Amino acid sequence: MKGFKLLAAALALAVSATLAQAEKLKVGFIYVGPVGDHGWSYQHDQGRQAIEKALGGKVSTSYLEKVPEGPDVERALERLVRAGHKLIFATSFGYMDSVIKVAKKYPDVKFEHATGYKRAANVATYSSRFYEGRYIIGQIAAKMSKKGMAGYIASFPIPEVVRGINAFLLGARSVNPDFKIKVVWVNTWFDPGKEADAAKVLIAQGADIITQHTDSTAPMQVAAEKGVYAFGQASDMIKFGPRTQLTAIIDDWAPYYVSRAKAVLDGGWKSTDTWGGLKSGMVVMAPYTNMPDDVKKMAEQTEAAIRDGKLHPFAGPIHDQAGKLRVKEGEVLSDKELLGMNWYVKGVDDKLPK
Amino acid sequence: MIVLRKRPAPSPLWRWLAPLLALALAVAAGALLFALMGHDPLQSLYVYFIEPLTSAWSLSELVVKATPLVLIGVGLAICYRANVWNIGAEGQLIAGAIAGSAIPVLLPGWNDPTALIAMLLLGALGGAAWAAVPAFLKTRFNANEILTSLMLVYVAGLLLDWLVRGPWRDPGGFNFPKTVSFEGWHVMPVLTGRVHIGAVLAVLAVLALWFVMARGRAGFAVRTVGAAPRAAMFGGFSEARVVWGVFLLSGALAGLAGIAEVAGSIGQLQPSISPGYGFTAIIVAFLGRLSPPAVLFAGLLLALTYLGGEAAQLALNISDKVAQAFQGLLLFFILAADTLVHYRITFRHRLSAGEGA
Repeated sequence: MKGFKLLAAALALAVSATLAQAEKLKVGFIYVGPVGDHGWSYQHDQGRQAIEKALGGKVSTSYLEKVPEGPDVERALERLVRAGHKLIFATSFGYMDSVIKVAKKYPDVKFEHATGYKRAANVATYSSRFYEGRYIIGQIAAKMSKKGMAGYIASFPIPEVVRGINAFLLGARSVNPDFKIKVVWVNTWFDPGKEADAAKVLIAQGADIITQHTDSTAPMQVAAEKGVYAFGQASDMIKFGPRTQLTAIIDDWAPYYVSRAKAVLDGGWKSTDTWGGLKSGMVVMAPYTNMPDDVKKMAEQTEAAIRDGKLHPFAGPIHDQAGKLRVKEGEVLSDKELLGMNWYVKGVDDKLPK
Repeated sequence: MIVLRKRPAPSPLWRWLAPLLALALAVAAGALLFALMGHDPLQSLYVYFIEPLTSAWSLSELVVKATPLVLIGVGLAICYRANVWNIGAEGQLIAGAIAGSAIPVLLPGWNDPTALIAMLLLGALGGAAWAAVPAFLKTRFNANEILTSLMLVYVAGLLLDWLVRGPWRDPGGFNFPKTVSFEGWHVMPVLTGRVHIGAVLAVLAVLALWFVMARGRAGFAVRTVGAAPRAAMFGGFSEARVVWGVFLLSGALAGLAGIAEVAGSIGQLQPSISPGYGFTAIIVAFLGRLSPPAVLFAGLLLALTYLGGEAAQLALNISDKVAQAFQGLLLFFILAADTLVHYRITFRHRLSAGEGA
């Protein structure tokens, strides 16, 4: 009899264990770069780990890295779905149409697409207002540069990147109206070799501050070697330039990812469009280092002003390159205009491909 | 020191066994790699090579992935047979994709079956036109086709980049770099799952080239020029014509693969349309002994290493670099086995007088 009881208990335990297993929410990620890029994909992977930490027993996560934007995306997404993932984060802009296609096929799976603009009942989008950080580092650059010129390593001329360049220059010119930037387009998100070359060229042309909208730590390392300052991108890159990094614009996806996974667990997930900034904690500034106290203080004040909504980086008057007034005094650029930004503000020494 | 001596006549048996041996060695090395990383080698090999073959979905994905590899690989096989080294299939793929996409982008109103046929023809023409440049430079100026064809890859990539960011950008796409989505007859008809008629075209290309190489006069010319250019000259075959022929052929097939990918798997033109199919197809061509029917199987095998790599990432948490390392191992063993089929290794203790460098 005792034996039977034990057996029953063991069975019950086994059944409840498998039940718990079955109830675990599987969360999948696809990354465009390697998780070890110490930039964009690395930060998304930090968010994935945060989900595991926060919701431990209730979720399990997995990822596919280095999924190139192109014909492989659909298969990668479908593979995650078929492996039982019910919430899938697609973390690159170029995944957009594939996400929409696969989402249509699997209406019971929730999809989250970073930086895109196409949504569906089971597809939400999210992005962060990196440009708020760009404005701050523009101000710092104008204070710290002796030559009055920064070098900007840019990836692709999409609105997100153009917006960053504009915000940087607007910030810089709020401190030094004659500040200049030189832009080099590397046409890649992640290519340490190309990024390093671009940094060298910019420094050779007289830039004594380097900032980047690409994902590797190579520009930071080149700047450290050449003895100029630089800003980290996407993640805190201080390890790669302890005396070089002034600050970094960090994408902190963790709170958003955890809240979305929780929403699926609670059954309250809805398709939303989230655009978070300093205020919601999606954009975080790394510690202000390697700068005098007065510059640090200015940066902290600007950060606080943006967070409190007292300062908008795209507040008028703003003129474009041709001198046309784009934003009137007392107005700010709307989100819709920011999302589709395809013009430079006055003073950018570069031409956008038309 | 080690000296390679050419064998007078390579064993015909070993010529066919060599790739199988290479495959076996690559699998063994892969198993060792998995074991060193702390994974059960048998389970890893199962996830890698067997599991993708066990569901209808992944079989259809295998065909999708193999389609461009086979289309390009079979063209390159003929090219390499003639001792013409077209390394730029990736650029020809892009050129074909651009040319074929001209119809949905510039003439969106023309949307019936003839439009799709025109797209495919334009794709093949675009690829052939891109391949014509190195062919011309080689036959006219004797320029090295390895360099010229490879360099044109980057030109094609930048041209595509410029088009999708500039003149061909989707006006309703918030300035994002992509063309309009292809609809209706601008999309390849689907057979099952994501398998589109490009797969049928690939098989047809293999069969046609198999026949031509085995029976046709053109196939004989290609083989002769490749094996013995002087003999071919005396036999009345024009080397220049063969160079032109194989370049145009392999370029057209790569271009066809490009437009089939864009109109099939992707559905629009965007900055990156191929994860290096044009380069992977070089491995496919060699793994297939430069013989059309074997290229078909080589294409499926290489596609399997991609799918298996992805499955292993999910099931075993193995980095995607393992898939790349595995493809590298495969190529290494194939080339090594190939060399040993054609050459004998002899050891000599010292150089005889007069042979020193």
